[in-house]
Amino acid sequence: MIVTSAYAQTAPAASETPAAPAGEVHTETGVAHEADHGSGAFPPFDSTHFSSQLIWLVITFGLFYLLMKKIIVPRVGGILEDRQGRIAADLEEASRLKAESDAAVETYEKELAAARSKANGIAEAARNDAKAKAAADRTAIEAELAAKLAAAETRIGEIKAKAFAEVGTIAEETATAIVDQLIGGKATGDDIKAAVAAAKTGA
Amino acid sequence: MANDPISQFQISKIVPIEIGGIDLSFTNASLFMVATVACASGFLYFATGQRGLIPGRAQSVAEMSYEFIANMLREGAGSHGMKFFPLVFSLFMFVLTANMLGLFPYFYTVTTQIIVTFALAILVIGTVIGYGFYKHGFQFLKVFVPSGIPGILLPLVVLIEVISFLSRPISLSVRLFANMLAGHITLKVFAGFVVSLAALGPIGIGGAILPLIMTVAITGLEFLVAFLQAYVFAVLTCMYLNDAVHPGGH
Repeated sequence: MIVTSAYAQTAPAASETPAAPAGEVHTETGVAHEADHGSGAFPPFDSTHFSSQLIWLVITFGLFYLLMKKIIVPRVGGILEDRQGRIAADLEEASRLKAESDAAVETYEKELAAARSKANGIAEAARNDAKAKAAADRTAIEAELAAKLAAAETRIGEIKAKAFAEVGTIAEETATAIVDQLIGGKATGDDIKAAVAAAKTGA
Repeated sequence: MANDPISQFQISKIVPIEIGGIDLSFTNASLFMVATVACASGFLYFATGQRGLIPGRAQSVAEMSYEFIANMLREGAGSHGMKFFPLVFSLFMFVLTANMLGLFPYFYTVTTQIIVTFALAILVIGTVIGYGFYKHGFQFLKVFVPSGIPGILLPLVVLIEVISFLSRPISLSVRLFANMLAGHITLKVFAGFVVSLAALGPIGIGGAILPLIMTVAITGLEFLVAFLQAYVFAVLTCMYLNDAVHPGGH
């Protein structure tokens, strides 16, 4: 800025040099000068043109302002807003998806843990079942065996008792038969019975 | 075109119009006002026509200028100042386009007319005063009374504040006008040297290289100034509008 204003100060002095050839041209442009009301004022300060400058500035700048206000500013603002909205929506979508995937991972892990504990439970239950069943089976078999054993023992006892009981009869019959053979006379049942009983107790 | 550095600011009538004794002619300056509006709004209109979610180059430029001004206004005048966004954006785009168009050879620079820049400055200050009184009533006058000033100094400070407020439209308009005017005169003077030196024969042609380099360098500088002045105009507009929105908030 300072540089340009310095130039501006030197400019009129410097312009003296080309002023000589410019003088000739000046006479040519003199016609134009006169057409512009011939005022020799420095053109930017020439007040004869102020009214037309102002009216055209009002027309053009007014139109420009209206164009900006009604069309350009809403349009560019809309574009920027759309973009901002789109970016915000995309970010939101991304964070939503991330939350969703996080939740999915959490659910997956929870379900995995649940499944694992459930599997453990099932295995435990199966093991317990198997154990219980085995124990029950064993006791049942043991009871059965014990019952069979007891039955067998009672049968043996019965057979034994029966055999013992029959021993007397056989002995009596045998004794009767022997007596018959030996003496040819019939021994009375009672005598023999008594003898066998005596022998039994004696034996 | 004349070799004299002032003639580039000469206004010539294209279509003379006169209504009620007032000159309303369509001049070369009017033509470039129309061109400025056509270029700026045409660019913004077609650049944003696609409404692309992913902007193209032109749309990026349009969006960048929109966000540039929006951030400037938000920082300068707060979120309440955003209702002035169309005004500040129009001012910035108009001044920027007018300045840039003026850098084309043989093009007229609208902003080298003090009446044009002054009218724009008055529009800004008028908006500040109008909105300030409309919104805050006489509370708006707080703008001239900074808080925390001892009673004895108050009249002096208020006087200074009033003078500074009144000088705002002048400084705002003269800054833009003088920068553009000075730049164009400088360009023309150096370009004039090239022509006059080259007319002197072989040695002159060799010597003309120096002002030619200067002309190229100053053209670059002028593009910077053209942008910078539009930026400064918009920034100051935002600062002044801040007074209208928050009169007590110095």
